[in-house]
Amino acid sequence: MTPELKGFLLFSVVKMLVVFTMVMVGVALLTLMERKLAGWMQNRPGPNRVGPWGILQPAADGIKNFIKEETLPAGANRGLFLLAPALSFIPAVSLMAVVPLAAPLPIDVDWTLPVLGQVIYRGDLTMAVADLPIGFLFILALSSLGVYGIALAGWASNSKYSLLGGLRASAQMVSYEVAMGLSLIPVLLMVGNVTLAEAIARQQDGLWFIGPLFLSFFFFLVSGFAETNRLPFDMPEAEAELVAGYHAEYSAMKFSLFMIGEYAHIVTVAAMVAALFFGGWDIPFTTWDEQGGVAQTLATHAAFFLKMFFWIFFVMWIRWTLPRFRYDQLMGLGWRVMLPLALAYIMVIATSIWALDRWWPAGTEVGRGLVLTVLNLVIAWLVFFRLDRGRVVQGVHLRPAPRAARGG
Amino acid sequence: MAIGVKVLPRPDRGVSYVRATLKGMALTFRHMLQPRVTMEYPEVRSDDSWRIATRWRGTHRMLTDELGRSKCVACGLCPQICPANCIKLVPGEDEQGHRFPLIYEIDEFRCVFCGYCQEVCPEEAIHVGVHFENAEYTRDRFVYDHERLASQTHAVSTLWDPTDPRGE
Repeated sequence: MTPELKGFLLFSVVKMLVVFTMVMVGVALLTLMERKLAGWMQNRPGPNRVGPWGILQPAADGIKNFIKEETLPAGANRGLFLLAPALSFIPAVSLMAVVPLAAPLPIDVDWTLPVLGQVIYRGDLTMAVADLPIGFLFILALSSLGVYGIALAGWASNSKYSLLGGLRASAQMVSYEVAMGLSLIPVLLMVGNVTLAEAIARQQDGLWFIGPLFLSFFFFLVSGFAETNRLPFDMPEAEAELVAGYHAEYSAMKFSLFMIGEYAHIVTVAAMVAALFFGGWDIPFTTWDEQGGVAQTLATHAAFFLKMFFWIFFVMWIRWTLPRFRYDQLMGLGWRVMLPLALAYIMVIATSIWALDRWWPAGTEVGRGLVLTVLNLVIAWLVFFRLDRGRVVQGVHLRPAPRAARGG
Repeated sequence: MAIGVKVLPRPDRGVSYVRATLKGMALTFRHMLQPRVTMEYPEVRSDDSWRIATRWRGTHRMLTDELGRSKCVACGLCPQICPANCIKLVPGEDEQGHRFPLIYEIDEFRCVFCGYCQEVCPEEAIHVGVHFENAEYTRDRFVYDHERLASQTHAVSTLWDPTDPRGE
């Protein structure tokens, strides 16, 4: 092995360990945060018995889950039953691998380490585990893999509630997968590349994409909720109807894996929103963060973390605000509203980018961004104040009433 | 007969899901900043904002006279009226002819805390009390004998609100 390869492997392993640990610890703390927020939004204190302010609650939950009994329902398909939690957990935690967490750190390392020997790493150390050229396609692909875990869990449990939960999850995730993919195509049009690093670089030059691609952001956020199976789209779990949906028959650590998977998905969606629409690790109104250095890396990491944290908070905020959709409303929103809107939006953005290139080739990134922002404000006004008038989410009274009801 | 479903007219055109969502989010955010209303029970038992009602019917208490003797004359009205049949009374009589309970036991598990014993008692001896924390490690500890009933110190129930005795 050459020293360069050794250096690459060494730093990759270190990054892997750090990111994996961060995600796992973060997920544990997110469960606490969720319960705390739920409490505060209902004028309750939330968990506060274990440790100061309940900070050790995740540890207590973890210990409880480790020592609980593992159950296997009668007639369950043993192999699939064991495979399902892993299938839902592994893709979820591997999603964070491609997200750039901070500005690249230029380093020049030439160490001689005890076991490894000579280790060389020169150049920019990217602050992502793997700076894959397929970028967010990797995230889309792996996050939809999670549906296998849920569908298999529903099937293998040999329980009608689990099966219904699994079926709902597959239908929902397949539906919103389309909207999610389409909502990212305008980003692709703007960036010309699917890597997240490139998307962040483009946002540093111009405006954050929240302005120029506001509707894309909105569609992505909504389908992100559906993808993570969170309220208001948590049909697969819908306690009142399905007990606990696909994980009704799971106990102990196997159940915990589903929970970790769900929270890891939230982290990823928040990271994606931050990276694609809020400039990633970019600190606004300054170019200091692009110069490279230890301080810059730390500061941009903090910036990225803050943005991500806000969107995680937002996901939880929505959860404790909105009631659950009805299932037909969910499907209607996905196929009849989000999909055509996302398609139309791609046309609009593609046309306007073409028009800008043709008639204003000298325009700066910021100027073009501002033009697109104004266009987005108009479309957003149309969508939210013209279209969203009892048409987006239809009440039951808008469907044709059955004959008996019409008479009475 | 077909079930008549009443379909309420709802505003179709004037409603906006997005705006309603934002409104709801503003509401939950406001609630997040408001003070917590939870009374953290084992540490805080009661405060000025929340106390047990004086009408509360809880753990029984036998009142005693100035000499520390039970007020009970073993008349037998309370086991007679008790709907749950949880009072065990064996009457006794001393040389001067004063009646007193030889055995007076109340099974707090059987009791339905109706308060009839207190209402019917002519000597105002047995009372239900403003008290509810009576957890024990064994079931037989829930049968309160006379000595234990007499040694209770909590306030007795007023059975009705003294400011509104007729429930108006």
